[in-house]
Amino acid sequence: MKKILFIEDETSLQKAFGTILKDKGYEVVSALDGETGLKLAKEENPDLILLDVILPKIHGFEVLKKLKEEKETQQIPVIILTNLEDMENVGKALELGAMSYLVKAQYSLEEVLEKIKKALGEL
Amino acid sequence: MLKTTLQDLNISAQCKKYDLSLWQCPHFFFVLMGVVMAGVISAVYGIGLHFLNDPQVIALIVLFLTGALFIITFVITQAFEKTAEANRLKSEFVSIVTHQLRSPLTSLSWAIEALISGEFGKVEEKQLEYLKILKENNSRMGELIQDLITVTKVEDSSQFKNKESVSSEGITKDLVFKFQPFIQGSNIDLKIKADEKLPQVLTVASQIKVVIENLIDNAIRYAKPKDGVKGLIEIFIFKKEKNIQFEIKDNGVGIPKEDQKYIFQKFFRSRNVKEMQPYGSGLGLFITKSIITKLGGKIGFKSEERKGTTFWFTLPIK
Repeated sequence: MKKILFIEDETSLQKAFGTILKDKGYEVVSALDGETGLKLAKEENPDLILLDVILPKIHGFEVLKKLKEEKETQQIPVIILTNLEDMENVGKALELGAMSYLVKAQYSLEEVLEKIKKALGEL
Repeated sequence: MLKTTLQDLNISAQCKKYDLSLWQCPHFFFVLMGVVMAGVISAVYGIGLHFLNDPQVIALIVLFLTGALFIITFVITQAFEKTAEANRLKSEFVSIVTHQLRSPLTSLSWAIEALISGEFGKVEEKQLEYLKILKENNSRMGELIQDLITVTKVEDSSQFKNKESVSSEGITKDLVFKFQPFIQGSNIDLKIKADEKLPQVLTVASQIKVVIENLIDNAIRYAKPKDGVKGLIEIFIFKKEKNIQFEIKDNGVGIPKEDQKYIFQKFFRSRNVKEMQPYGSGLGLFITKSIITKLGGKIGFKSEERKGTTFWFTLPIK
């Protein structure tokens, strides 16, 4: 069973999307802030990280930067899942090593799940 | 231009626009500064004539007046900073609110989509009906938030700095292609007539797309086929003096005369349009006009109720 670390501070989205991912057959580990996200990335060794940008404690881009610096986590693919939609943030995320940048409000559930499957090599 | 200048000199109206009292308003202080400087120069000249043999007096007067000018300049700068800070806070507020509103809407949208798919259990017809109502209203809220975000962006001048050469015909054809399913579903004919070898325009492509999209979207919604007459939308793109002019003409419901002067206002929707489509943010044309103005163009329309509307806008040639 593939493991997904979902770093997102919005609890309603954690519940809704977390439940959907579990029902789709993934193991889901949740983090509500950047600091916990970094800690769990090292402890849980997930197959994929879904990362929000605006996070408490440590900003999403800072989390991404640290993930790509650490040996244990640098190979884990990261998909940015956010509602910030300016080109500057997109560019920055890809520069820091994100696999893709998805603006939540612009993607249907089906499209996001397809991106996740691709990232996990299931498509 | 004279009319605009005189309107700009209506200091009281300018200050009210920014919700500032006269004594906080940079426009007022600029005028005051101008008056003070004119007075100072006249006074120094007049006094100088009387005290020609006593230059220390003149020097003291000049020093005193310089000090006064510095104080006024300082107050003006403070007023500007407050206005700029208020603008920044407003944009930040809208950005935060819209970002925070989008997250729960995304949760709703994806959860509803998961339920409608039937993958997690059979959905009865009545349940499906209610889920579709939820989905539709969720989409409407999402569109309204998107419009509010666009309004904030339009009011941010930095969005209009990176201009590039753009083919007006190319952009229009791409957008029309995108609208094809909507056009066919609405039983409308759409024709594009562009002059040959149109020069390129120097503009911000992403913003022009928003303008053309808004106008085409409106034309499709309100080009209502009636009594067997098919809806028709014609797009004309041609060179006019130093500009490229776009015209989007429909044979639809038109805009009532009494509503025409409000058509570019925020949140305004004309009476007949509200009857046809109860839901809409009323921000589309406000956004469109703001963008065109910021890009150095002009926008207008002519319309007759029950006959149709032509919206036009110009963009300066590269």
